[in-house]
Amino acid sequence: MRKGMLGFFVACVTALTLVLGGTALAADTIKLGVAGAHSGDLASYGLPTKRAAELVAKEFNAKGGVLGKKVEVLAEDDVCKPEVATNTAMKLISRGAHVVLGHICSGATKTALEIYNKEKIVVMSSSATNPELTQSGRYPLFFRTIASDDAQAKLDAEFAMNVLKVKKIAVLHDKGDYGKGLAEYAKKFIEESKKAQVVLYEGITPGAVDYSAVVQKIKQSGAEAVIYGGYHPEASSIVMQMRKKNMKTYFISDDGVKDDTFIKVAGRYAEGVYASGPKDTSKNPLAIAAIAAHKQEYKSDPGAFFLNGYAAAQALLNAIQKAKSTKGEAVAKALRTHAVDTPLGKIKFDKRGDAIGVGFSMYQVKNGVYVEVPTTAGAAKKR
Amino acid sequence: MDYFLELFFGGLTRGSIYALIALGYTMVYGIIELINFAHGEIYMIASFTALIVSSLLALQGMTGPAVLLLTAAAAIIFAAAHGFTVEKVAYKPLRQAPRLSPLISAIGMSIFLQNYVMLAQTSDFLPFPNLLPDLPFVAEYLPFLGATEFFIIVTTALVMVGLTLLIKFTRMGKAMRATAQDRNMAMLVGVDINRTISNTFIIGSALAAVGGVLIASHIGRINFYIGFIAGIKAFTAAVLGGIGSIPGAVLGALVLGWTESFATGYVSSDYEDVFAFVLLVLILIVRPSGLLGRPAVQKV
Repeated sequence: MRKGMLGFFVACVTALTLVLGGTALAADTIKLGVAGAHSGDLASYGLPTKRAAELVAKEFNAKGGVLGKKVEVLAEDDVCKPEVATNTAMKLISRGAHVVLGHICSGATKTALEIYNKEKIVVMSSSATNPELTQSGRYPLFFRTIASDDAQAKLDAEFAMNVLKVKKIAVLHDKGDYGKGLAEYAKKFIEESKKAQVVLYEGITPGAVDYSAVVQKIKQSGAEAVIYGGYHPEASSIVMQMRKKNMKTYFISDDGVKDDTFIKVAGRYAEGVYASGPKDTSKNPLAIAAIAAHKQEYKSDPGAFFLNGYAAAQALLNAIQKAKSTKGEAVAKALRTHAVDTPLGKIKFDKRGDAIGVGFSMYQVKNGVYVEVPTTAGAAKKR
Repeated sequence: MDYFLELFFGGLTRGSIYALIALGYTMVYGIIELINFAHGEIYMIASFTALIVSSLLALQGMTGPAVLLLTAAAAIIFAAAHGFTVEKVAYKPLRQAPRLSPLISAIGMSIFLQNYVMLAQTSDFLPFPNLLPDLPFVAEYLPFLGATEFFIIVTTALVMVGLTLLIKFTRMGKAMRATAQDRNMAMLVGVDINRTISNTFIIGSALAAVGGVLIASHIGRINFYIGFIAGIKAFTAAVLGGIGSIPGAVLGALVLGWTESFATGYVSSDYEDVFAFVLLVLILIVRPSGLLGRPAVQKV
């Protein structure tokens, strides 16, 4: 009974703040909500995006703001916990946020989206990679400036089928969350495309003393290419044993293998190995400028997802400018139609909300270094 | 048939790798009934020593079998010194203590050595050069075997035979057997127990060092954690074969290697460890003291 009363009281207060928040909308600033982990053990994932938002707001304000109004950053902490994220979202709404940059973790983003959805507020994450967030179609006003988890698997699978033109593929993983997830998506893409056949699908034991039996099995299966989801220690063992057995099978792997340690350990056996990894933005002048601005303001190097956060803040404010409105649907439409120059390159968003042109590239080991190799134009654009 | 043979030799190699480490476990257990958890770490330290020495020799411009011999010698001396010291520091003071105490001490030593190498060296994987010479005749007569695999298998066989002879026919071996049977009685008839136990640790560690050089050459990479994983498997092999028995350790290791290899080859590598440990349980149900272990006799 007491609990019921308390719930009623909380609801009243929330309703009241919502009403008050409604009146605050009339104030003459554009409010950019920033939600994510700003404290706790995952703060290192959230703070760079918050700082990016502050830098972008400063940059826009120096140029006269958006729609003639100053940009104001409203930061709220969700410590990456789904149960906190609901509250964080309500707080931002009650404070009158027009658009929200966040959240950081996929789980927190998902629960918070239920709240934003009802209020028709555009939300853009710099780091939530769960494929469902955009692919389920449940959150039409959700966008992100990071590629989803399955994008890498899709790139690997399409590269094998369209560029290397192999018909038989062995898909291996290390039974871990990252590697197994990637392998499952790759297998799904290959089977759905019907352009190639998955002849072997298997999890290996990380840290085992040798992988000769698995290598035998790959040989026996007649696979022309191996797609491996996992990290470099096991990948180097498998590649070395394959090459020692004179197997010319292509080896395609992921970000966990696109690591210089892999080349150092596998040595000459690493030559020719393919690995996908995030697109190289180090030569983009906007990225260089954004990092320099961060160094000047905060006297340190930016952390994880900083450039994604920077691009997201720019895209959101630019879309409000272009839409000449802060209404959710208008902003979403502008995000889908107008491209914007960001540190991640020139981006706009597809109808599901994923950024076009953000994602992974394919690299190959040539003379002891990873060199970017062209994927087919279709594979890079279609996502 | 080719596929079967490939898996057979793959399993044989893997089993021989386990055996080289399992021998050290089983020797120490046979004599003082202690599971020396730090044994895997001795193997890891030997690999690191081998890497450092072989890199130094390569810098001097040395090549060929001389590098292998000098490296192996350095690794053996260094590992034996570690084994000797570990026993003196961590086990000897606890010899009269209840059996659990040295066990905990062994776990502590294992963690200490791992962290010591991690801090003094690196936590990254390091590439290990293949020190073993290429043997063209192996490829000719045994198409399923590389030179490295051949080396590992032959060395394991030689080591097992040598060790059996040592224990059966030398004074040191007799002292070891006497100590294993009844420590107090052996002491009374004039066996120098402390020296015998030290010798056991030195020989066991030297074997781990031989394993370290061969296995690291085969795998091609090392880090501070390899001793733990190899140690667990080798310990399993020693129990499977009957802990305390030298041919048992080798047999247990081979059975384990073959099980893993065939399970991966014919079923799925997802279940590699499952098959290995199901087999362990089944064998221990039928033969509680392992394949070649003697049933424990109550000492009166």
